[in-house]
Amino acid sequence: MSKVLNINLQNGLLSLNFSGELTLYTLSKLQKEIDANLTQELKELIINLDSLNSLDTAGAIFIDKLEQNALSLKIITTITCQNKRFNDTLELVKTQRLKSEDIQKIKNKPILEQLGELFINYYFGFISFIGFVGKLFFTKLHYLKSFKNIRYKEIAFEVNESAIKALGIISLTSFLIGLVVAYQSAFQLKIYGANIFIVDMLGISILRELAPLITAIVIAGRSGSAFTAQIGAMKITQELDAMRTMGFDPYIFLVMPRIIALMIMMPILIFVADIMGILGGMIVANIDLNITVDLFIDRFNEVVSAKHFFIGIFKGPFFAFLIASIGIYRGLMVKDDTQSIGFNTTKSVVESIFAVIVCDAIFSIAFTNLGI
Amino acid sequence: MKQIIKVQNVRTVFDTKVVHDGLNLTVNEGDIYGLLGPSGCGKTTLLREMVMLQEFESGSIEVLDNKVESINEKNAQSLRRQWGVLFQAGALFSSLSIKENIALPLHEYTDLSESMIDEIVKFKINLVGLKSSDAHLFPSQISGGMKKKAGLARALSMDPKLLFLDEPTSGLDPISAREFDELILKLHSMLGLTIVMVSHDLQSIYDTLGKVAIIDDKKIAYEGTLKEVTSAKSDFIESFFGEKS
Repeated sequence: MSKVLNINLQNGLLSLNFSGELTLYTLSKLQKEIDANLTQELKELIINLDSLNSLDTAGAIFIDKLEQNALSLKIITTITCQNKRFNDTLELVKTQRLKSEDIQKIKNKPILEQLGELFINYYFGFISFIGFVGKLFFTKLHYLKSFKNIRYKEIAFEVNESAIKALGIISLTSFLIGLVVAYQSAFQLKIYGANIFIVDMLGISILRELAPLITAIVIAGRSGSAFTAQIGAMKITQELDAMRTMGFDPYIFLVMPRIIALMIMMPILIFVADIMGILGGMIVANIDLNITVDLFIDRFNEVVSAKHFFIGIFKGPFFAFLIASIGIYRGLMVKDDTQSIGFNTTKSVVESIFAVIVCDAIFSIAFTNLGI
Repeated sequence: MKQIIKVQNVRTVFDTKVVHDGLNLTVNEGDIYGLLGPSGCGKTTLLREMVMLQEFESGSIEVLDNKVESINEKNAQSLRRQWGVLFQAGALFSSLSIKENIALPLHEYTDLSESMIDEIVKFKINLVGLKSSDAHLFPSQISGGMKKKAGLARALSMDPKLLFLDEPTSGLDPISAREFDELILKLHSMLGLTIVMVSHDLQSIYDTLGKVAIIDDKKIAYEGTLKEVTSAKSDFIESFFGEKS
């Protein structure tokens, strides 16, 4: 490419001769060259655009800015240009500049203000979640008024969508967890020759804690996030608004069916997880510790009381409520842009897993203190 | 006159539905060219084919001397810098403010200084009729009309020679729509742009378009100036332009 700029400096007269193309791509190198020559000792500046082939608006802005700079240094400036189109572009840039204000820089807020904002946002977030839960119970009352109000079809659809279709992954996960836990403890138990105690350990840990937790985590990752994304997308496309104007309360049509479906299905899923987890443990016990299936079952009957199983199942609906309500609440919090779906889906999964674990901890302490 | 876009014998098929079959048209330099037709006739599809967002089955589309069906990645990339596209809803990047949206191509494709980019952004924002004070707003905070203007400013940020507009006035109130038309005419005369647009807005069609192509029944039913449009035989033309002339 030929040289765009020819600089000529003589007795306080600086002439800039532009040739070729003055566009976005050729501009950046010129700035420094010109700035070096633009000093207060200059008296006159001549900008010559006659041999220019093309000038885009960026180039015109550049020339305009140059002229402004020169004028602020009290340098007499003349621009010579024969081409009508270039003159028009320059004129356009100039009139636009005179009309428009500068873009304000964004100021960073002081740390204290940021911190305060953060807390107040958390506070309002918490309040709005409480509001959401309140609305849920209010909707439940509506259900109690008449059984006709229950949306059986939607509930059945959600049962299939968010629970039955999750059976495979939950079975596999809990089977593997059973396998791993048994394998690790078998190694330790062998040292003490306490092989048979693997049954006690597996029975209690899987039935009481592991199966409910694993199920809840898988469901939070799989169905909770789906709730957020579905409802969030519906919010962006204004489907929720459309439903409201047609008199279909989204809480009755979308929210309650999902929560009820998950609350019904969670105990069943946990039951399946129990079976698969124990099955995994049984296989390891059989292979690694030579405990036959008969022996395993006999011992299981003897030492693992039914209360452990029931405690595990009992937790199901509570976990389900937490996962579904957080997932849906996050979906409703989605704002009018695509970013917020991703943000809220992440939040929904993290928050529901956290809530499930907190809830589990509370149950654990409560049941132990109650002697169950 | 230089031919900017040349579409020859294009055939487009979605699954089993034939959208275009043997479609031909030519856009010359400096045209404001409108693609019109009944809904579902494939106007937007044709526009998407021109900007390489959509493949077509056979035929050829030539944009700024590049055949888009057989273009290599390097030429495609340089072609993409020579046009600007305004999508129907603006399609602004929602994680970036208006200013950052407009500055993005400048940052990526040029090595201009920050202050120069700021100047260019300021010029473009004001050129399309937004205010400098809007610069830091995010797409979720602005109205549909502003989104279109910001989208236009982004399309113009690299000073393209060719501008594609997909229904630029749809969803705007009549006053904003007329302002948008004026803006397009102004940009066309000031920056010497070639503009290809899809439109349904009759007023906008009469105010802005120099040349139109009417797509009906998979083909071009008419191509030429608006004055003689009723000379062509097509149900769409009769119902769309019938009353006016």
